[in-house]
Amino acid sequence: MRLRTFSHGVHPAEAKITSDAKIRRFPFANELTVLLSQHIGRPAKAIVFKGQEVVRGERIAEADGRMSIPLFAPATGVVSEVGETINADGVMTPSITIKPFPASEQIVHHKKALDVDKLTPDELVSAIQNIGMVGLGGAAFTAHVKFSPPKDKTIETFIVNGCECEPYLTADHRVMLEHPEDVISGIKIILKITGADRAIIATESNKQDAADLLAEAAKDDERISVEVLKTKYPQGAEKLLTRALLGKDVPSGGLPADIGVVVSNVTTVAEIGALLPMGCGIIERVITISGQGVSKPGNFRVPIGTPLEFVLEKAGLNDQARQVIFGGPMMGKSVSYLGTPITEGVTSIVVLSESELAAGTGKIHACIQCAECVSSCPIHLNPSKLGRLARKSRFDEMVEEYNLFDCFECGSCSYVCPSHIPLVQMFRIAKKVVRSKASG
Amino acid sequence: MADNNYLDVELHTSPHFSKGQSVENIMLNVVWALIPIVLFSIFKYGLSAIAVIGTTTFSCLVTEFIISRRIARKELGEAESSLGDYSAIITGILLGLTLPAALPLWMAFVGGVIAIVVGKWTFGGLGQNPFNPALVSRIILQAAFPVPMTTWYPAWQSSRFTEFISSTLTTPFMAPVTDGVTGATVLAVMKFDHIFLDSMDVMLLGEPHGSLGEISPLLILICGGYLAVRKMLDWRIPLAIFTAMILLSLSFHLLDEARFPPASFMLLTGGLMLGAVFMATDMVSSPVTPWGVWIYGGLIGFLVVIIRLFGGLPEGVAYAIVLANSVVPILNQLTKPRVYGIKTVSG
Ligand code: SF4
Ligand code: SF4
Repeated sequence: MRLRTFSHGVHPAEAKITSDAKIRRFPFANELTVLLSQHIGRPAKAIVFKGQEVVRGERIAEADGRMSIPLFAPATGVVSEVGETINADGVMTPSITIKPFPASEQIVHHKKALDVDKLTPDELVSAIQNIGMVGLGGAAFTAHVKFSPPKDKTIETFIVNGCECEPYLTADHRVMLEHPEDVISGIKIILKITGADRAIIATESNKQDAADLLAEAAKDDERISVEVLKTKYPQGAEKLLTRALLGKDVPSGGLPADIGVVVSNVTTVAEIGALLPMGCGIIERVITISGQGVSKPGNFRVPIGTPLEFVLEKAGLNDQARQVIFGGPMMGKSVSYLGTPITEGVTSIVVLSESELAAGTGKIHACIQCAECVSSCPIHLNPSKLGRLARKSRFDEMVEEYNLFDCFECGSCSYVCPSHIPLVQMFRIAKKVVRSKASG
Repeated sequence: MADNNYLDVELHTSPHFSKGQSVENIMLNVVWALIPIVLFSIFKYGLSAIAVIGTTTFSCLVTEFIISRRIARKELGEAESSLGDYSAIITGILLGLTLPAALPLWMAFVGGVIAIVVGKWTFGGLGQNPFNPALVSRIILQAAFPVPMTTWYPAWQSSRFTEFISSTLTTPFMAPVTDGVTGATVLAVMKFDHIFLDSMDVMLLGEPHGSLGEISPLLILICGGYLAVRKMLDWRIPLAIFTAMILLSLSFHLLDEARFPPASFMLLTGGLMLGAVFMATDMVSSPVTPWGVWIYGGLIGFLVVIIRLFGGLPEGVAYAIVLANSVVPILNQLTKPRVYGIKTVSG
């Protein structure tokens, strides 16, 4: 059978070495640092003070308006600092640090059970905001905002994104395998909120086992179907999901809601399904720790705020490690500060070795017009031309003639370029320049 | 783990992965693919083939070395040559293959210099040249030395491995002595006498007279096929060229069988095969958009047939490719693919 997909894209090594590793609970570090900005939107406001004792699951920061979320104590302990920490972008940002009590049993408190079936869609939206949920697929867009698009848009289809197309990542895969019922209950909640009349769980052919399991779990609800797509990067991008599943394009500069679609990552949906009925805030998340630079890779439920140093220590960082990435190797961020805390948006920590990186370290040449980038770009841009224009600082032409802002930085073009031109980096800079010019 | 709370690791913006392809690797593979063709040419023309191809390759390399080091010293402050990208070798070999076996070596040397200086570096070096450098040089040589460039010494001479063709060793700036055993190419015979050679022999061995690269079309296809399988050669270009040529020459042939040759003759003779497979496909001077590629190939095929049948010259592959090269920027512009999520194509 020919699997559905989008046109173009690339096939990096899948390297899903942890897809059979059961999700295990990660221990508590000596200090957990919760960033007030876990998400895209306004930072939360701290409501605890230094020296205050908190219990696991207790609210420690409040949402600052609709575009914000509350935060919860990831462990029972004492607030050791309300200050600032370096985040994954290398920027100092407000944070709350908690020292867990070593002797505590770490039972989650502050449960306010909700009868989800009785709530109205609007009440469900605020319930999702109240548990501090963001998109766990990496974007960290506040979940409640995503599920409540403008009233003038009718949502027909809810797409549950279980593609996980980045190499190494297996967290979504494990969640689908181990918590199919949470996925289904999450879907039911979101169908109610959005008013969509069907939900499609989309995954890739390398996760057929998860697809079968979910199809079984969803068989009583004919609104929910499972679709297996071709394994190809970046299938998990929203725009390419709508194209592969519905044959529809999200308009340039628009949102999936413009074509009646809401897309959400499958782990987000599963966490909503699990946490919302209990009224529990999000205090931990499943991440994949992988790559040749760690000796004990796996999938773990890690407390939010766990510092990188502790993660690497437990995962057995070895001397092959050459690069540490929050997220996957195609779109993730490389980090080096040991204190960088895990946030809700961190899907994985991939530690690459010299040999895993080696392929990318060739000499940079001028573009030889090989057209590889053109035939890889899922948005059908011309990265070769964009790169040539960027070199000449012809940024306006990049935007007006060559659709620079439709590039979503998937990295496919840089990945294939035999001249090793840092195309994506050039496009990022060009966008920054254009944006800053536009804002004066 | 390192001091100061920072790991001793590389920091890099995404993507952190690469397919691992490189310009060096692609170019090197093209060189490998050209080697059987060069060997066949040597087998066919003997010592003179070694001398001519060797000379063009040598002069391309020397010229590239000098220019690229000067430019690198000016721009980067260190004298680094670009010989390592192997593109100059390819230009040298391809140029050699477009020349006649009896060409005086000093002319071949000048040709190599022209290819690199005029064809490549006046535009800024690798990746910047709008035309195929080897063909630019061939066209200039043809204009500068019309007689030696069209003196076709017959292949398969029994003495080819022991003696140079006398004109090969002509001293610089002297006109070569023609020794009377030259012949006309089958294309010239076709054009002026309307006699078409049997195509089966040509398929396997190439023409009895012609440029060094006018060897077995079958071998050229196999070598090109190797590159296409390795995704280092865009097979759509030769396919478009062949298709256009077959359609057009077939139509003419049906109109007047005595005057116009069959399509197979057109495909197998002259420099077409080498040009279509190895020169029209030069990445730098061919389009990047899918439609652009098809139109470009079709245009070359069309031009070759028209020049051969109606132009003033018996052969037109070099001109056809260079002409098509010149419209590549426009083709890229006009055939921009529809961008995701955009309804109308701008520009
Ligand atoms: S241009 Fe942008 S969208 Fe296209 S392949 Fe490159 S990074 Fe991806
Ligand atoms: S992949 Fe690199 S070398 Fe090839 S056309 Fe694109 S930018 Fe140029």
